[in-house]
Parts: sequence; structure tokens; C-alpha cells
Amino acid sequence: MKSLTPLVVVLALAIAFGVWYTRSRGEFRRKKTVNGPKLDASVIGVELGSRVTMVQFSSAFCSPCRATKALLEDMVKTMPDVRYAHIDAESHLELVRQLDIRSTPTTLFLNAAGVEVGRAMGTPKRSQVLAAVNAIH
Amino acid sequence: MAVLNEASVKSKANLIDARGPRFSAVITTLVLAAALVTQSAALIAIQLAVFAIGAFAGPAKTPYAFLFKKFVKPRLKGEVITEDARPPQFAQSVGLIFAVVALAGSLLSIPVLFTVAVGFALFAAFLNAAFNFCLGCEIYLLGLRAVK
Repeated sequence: MKSLTPLVVVLALAIAFGVWYTRSRGEFRRKKTVNGPKLDASVIGVELGSRVTMVQFSSAFCSPCRATKALLEDMVKTMPDVRYAHIDAESHLELVRQLDIRSTPTTLFLNAAGVEVGRAMGTPKRSQVLAAVNAIH
Repeated sequence: MAVLNEASVKSKANLIDARGPRFSAVITTLVLAAALVTQSAALIAIQLAVFAIGAFAGPAKTPYAFLFKKFVKPRLKGEVITEDARPPQFAQSVGLIFAVVALAGSLLSIPVLFTVAVGFALFAAFLNAAFNFCLGCEIYLLGLRAVK
């Protein structure tokens, strides 16, 4: 059954998925209702920021995790009311399940109370992080 | 998963040129596409061997990586962006599983198994080549959540 059909089908699906994937990575998705669990220093390892805390989940088999960590660590240097926490997803599977983290890197944006306001999957652009942080009061 | 974890520990903090795996993904895409169209078990056997080297010895040890170092890298300009070898190694391991299933389909005369397995491998390789898709980012945590 030599045929071009399987190749065309696979490439069409892959292109459609790839376009969606590229567009959706890094995008800040705001939660409709801010009703998640309250996270604090005992869970995320650092004290909450006075306005926003960014909590990044990473894993070993993840290239963009390194770039995301470097970007967010750099950005919080100039934002005194924003803090950054980095969590290895593999060694925190209970938390991963509780917060429904499905891929890495996933960055949660917590408000001052430690509740998730929204999240970004993949490496966000600097402008996307700024917009997300500025939208949280 | 045990094999993957062992491999990940061994190659910890092993940084490679990030353009190498991307180049390898382009060649892999071409080989898998040719295999899919021609239903060639021989091409899948070759790709299986490459995946096996990438999965066990590391993505910088495959013949495709050799071609990259010998012919492509000297012609590239600009800053070298490095990446951890573990994500592409994970992807090679997943590719190896699909190649084994595809070859089994061919040997057992189940063409649909061959087509589906090569199709999945091609899907991932093409996404990696064209969109810098990170397979480990998307499926590793889901896998862990399912088994642990």
C-alpha cells in the first residue's frame, strides 16, 4: 500500500498543531475565577512577593526551561514587589497534580495572597511577562 | 523509564550545540517521510539504529550529529546556543520506541502498524525540525503523572 496519503495527512496535522503550539507558548492565560489553593513559602520555597509571585515548574527533559528561568530571574531583579520561585516538577508530583501542571515550563502567576491568577505554558516573551505582572494588583 | 532516568543521570549538565539536534531532526524527518511513502523496512531499520545511538550514547554521537559537526557547523555563523543533552536524548528514546513498533509491524506483515508508528515518529520529528517542538516538555510530566 505505497501511497502519499499518510505523508500528506501527517504533515497537515503537524503543521496545524505546530502553528497552534508556536502561538500558544508563552501566552498568559488568566483564570476566570481565582479560587485555587493558597500557596506560601512552605510550598514554593521562597517568601511571596508583595504583589506578584511567579512560580516556574521545570523538568529534566525540557530545553526551554533553562531559558525561561534565566528570563524570569533577570526580570524580577528590577521588580521589587515581584518574586520568583523555581520548582522541579518531578520531585513535587503531588503539587503538580494539585495544580494540574501538564507540561514544562509552566509558570504560575500568584497574587499577593498566594493564589493563582493565571499561568503561561512554554517560554514567555519579556513583554508577555510584563503584561501579565502589570495586570495583577 | 528506568533506562531514560539512568541516561539522564549519566549525562547531567552535558551541554551540546542546540543546532545539532535541530539539524538531526531535519534529516530524521526526511528519512521517516521516505520510509512512510515507500513502506521501506530498511529505511526504518537505519533510523532505528540512529535513534538507538541517540537514546543510549547521546544525541551528539549519532551519524547525523557527525554530519552536522563535519559539514554544517563550520559554515554556521553567530553565537552558539547550547542546550542540555537530556531533552533531545529523551526525544530520541521516544523515537526509538516508535521505530521498534514500526519495524515489528513490517516484520509481522501488519502494514497499518508500520504506517501508524512511522506516522507518529514523523509527526514529532517534523514538529521538532520546523517548530522547535520540545517533546520532553509536553509528554514527560504527563507520563510521570500517569505511572507514579
